[in-house]
Amino acid sequence: MFEYAPAPESRDIVDIKPSYGLFIDGRFVDGSGTPFKTINPATEETLAEISVASPEDVDRAVKAARKAFEGWSALPGSERAKYLFRIARIIQERSRELAVLESLDNGKPIRESRDVDLPLVAAHFFYYAGWADKLEYAGLGSKPLGVAGQVIPWNFPLLMLSWKIAPALACGNTVVLKPAETTPLTALLFAEICQQAELPPGVVNIITGAGETGAAVVGHPDVNKVAFTGSTEVGKIIARTVAGTSKKVTLELGGKAANIVFEDAALDQAVEGIVNGIFFNQGHVCCAGSRLLVQESIYDDLLGALKRRLALLRLGDPLDKNTDIGAINSAEQLAKIRELSNIGAEEGAERWSPPCDLPDRGFFFPPTIFTGVAQSHRIAREEIFGPVLSVLTFRTPAEAVEKANNTPYGLSAGVWTEKASRMLWMANRLRAGVVWSNTFNRFDPASPFGGYKESGYGREGGLAGLEAYLDV
Amino acid sequence: MTERLAVRKTYKLFIGGAFPRSESGRSYVVTSSKGDFLANASRASRKDARDAVSAARKAFPGWSGATAYNRGQILYRIAEMLEGRRAQFAAEVAEADGVSGKKAGELVDLAVDRLVWYAGWSDKISAVRGAANPVAGPYFNLSTPEPTGVVAVVAPAAAPLLGLISVIAPVIVTGNTCVVVASERAPLPAITLAEVLATSDLPGGVINILTGSAEEIAPWLAGHMDVNGIDLTGASPELAQKCEEMAADNLKRVLRPKTADWSADPGTGRMTAFLETKTVWHPIGT
Repeated sequence: MFEYAPAPESRDIVDIKPSYGLFIDGRFVDGSGTPFKTINPATEETLAEISVASPEDVDRAVKAARKAFEGWSALPGSERAKYLFRIARIIQERSRELAVLESLDNGKPIRESRDVDLPLVAAHFFYYAGWADKLEYAGLGSKPLGVAGQVIPWNFPLLMLSWKIAPALACGNTVVLKPAETTPLTALLFAEICQQAELPPGVVNIITGAGETGAAVVGHPDVNKVAFTGSTEVGKIIARTVAGTSKKVTLELGGKAANIVFEDAALDQAVEGIVNGIFFNQGHVCCAGSRLLVQESIYDDLLGALKRRLALLRLGDPLDKNTDIGAINSAEQLAKIRELSNIGAEEGAERWSPPCDLPDRGFFFPPTIFTGVAQSHRIAREEIFGPVLSVLTFRTPAEAVEKANNTPYGLSAGVWTEKASRMLWMANRLRAGVVWSNTFNRFDPASPFGGYKESGYGREGGLAGLEAYLDV
Repeated sequence: MTERLAVRKTYKLFIGGAFPRSESGRSYVVTSSKGDFLANASRASRKDARDAVSAARKAFPGWSGATAYNRGQILYRIAEMLEGRRAQFAAEVAEADGVSGKKAGELVDLAVDRLVWYAGWSDKISAVRGAANPVAGPYFNLSTPEPTGVVAVVAPAAAPLLGLISVIAPVIVTGNTCVVVASERAPLPAITLAEVLATSDLPGGVINILTGSAEEIAPWLAGHMDVNGIDLTGASPELAQKCEEMAADNLKRVLRPKTADWSADPGTGRMTAFLETKTVWHPIGT
């Protein structure tokens, strides 16, 4: 392994306030709940104090969104588009600031927040801006739903915000969005961007808090649309909450994706794809390729190459431009990853990590591989949401399909083979919303994303993503 | 000379292409709109519902894997068989709904036409709902709609034939298989339809029909972990809410009840409710 001198990105570009309020009706106001602190997971230092929205605050935000809906939905699509284009441009202008803030609050490597998250965020606003005045050509009508209540996770805070807000606004809805408890800062900076863009007050409302605040958004009787990205467990609670109402719902939930490598695959490319599949963003990815299915005949070669590659991953300071693996987002998540990994070892799978020094402070977990994993093991069935890969083997394509589909989830899958007919045969049979063949973890605003089965319903991205925000 | 005594039909369930009685041995009296006795229909149980789900699951790989052209051909064949038994269905609809013979005949015609309409969708829905996505990179990227899986359908209480066809056809034409709870009040056209299905080249298990109490059977289907979607069109508001809550256990796709005009253009909504979008990426390179 080469030794690199530290190359930290400067955090001076970011001006974090000591405390933040709620963004309701175009202004920052105090929340009525007991504030909490958001910390930098790489250092455990406090970054800022965050307001908590009580059910009354949520009600105020929904009222503001309702009031704004009348004007916003009546605007010509071309005018809504221009607001969204403005927002996209401001995101690009302030992208370094947003990237640093994202890495500080989330723990993800600056290389990823700078090169993956932020470009995709701006692209998402650009993409849906262009739809705002072309809805009638999409074949889904052009009638918005009303007020959208949106609850997003901590793994891609600003990217998930863009996936929620951009299509909602393009279709003429107004929004009450709650970012995750541990990663509220970029959403609150986005609120400032809405002010800079002179977005009409109430069109976007950002409220902070934990699960109770989210439940108040989802359960609010004047919310017409619920969009949630997060765990399958909470997704089911939401599905029960909205039963019997007229609320439209989209859920983007957990996954346990199979990444399937055939013996004819380009091995080095497959290794890169496996690493990207499970170690991108510390494995905090709902579509992560967390189950590696290897054809038996190449098992030894592939595992050898994979272990050599993992030994080159650099874990550490998220703000260092050389860092591949940053911090686990929270102490709670770290405990969950540790617990499931220990269970994996106890259930008989063999655990391996490269030599890897963990920083003294902060929440870190080394890249980890489990071999000898059976389908019945919990590490093969449950979403770990961390840098932990379970390796299984197969002999025939049919066996690969059966094992890949043997999960209640169905968000994504990967297939590595040089044989096109086999790739398409596999793609047809995999019960997953996204199939990456000879690649993994690619995202684009033009490409629909979302799951089968217990990975949720509805799609985000592409023309399909409009349906979630229109009264079809 | 005494008048000839009619040979009555025994109305049974339709599961996996066969006509079993309810395993529970139960039946219930079905009357005409005037209150006259028509038949003892089977009253399906939880066990029957589970058998029907197994049959639907077993049929799913073959039916969803069949070509769209083939599925369209089979739906059209069902329409042909239905047309051929127009008089029988008209008589059953007239008895069930108390409408005139002429009106009943028109309702059968509408049902036949609806089947023909949906038959043609089999190889067109992908063109309308799929997409070639222009992503910002060297990738081939294609989205296609795929069937959700096994879908439970609570058929509308009114319109025992036209309503039934209008909820079944959109579910199966895209490759789903289904378990249908027929109109409790007027189940006989559903079982007669099963006779049509059994002679229409439709693989056994693609459509399974249960008769009995929706209040009793629908919750078993809503909570069944091997059912992927549920159409609650025929459920009361209370039953629909209960079923939607149970459907959350495995995040079934839920189509909520909505008053429908069965003679109107149905649109694509009943098909898309039980379609998934699959997006496949592949790098482009030499």
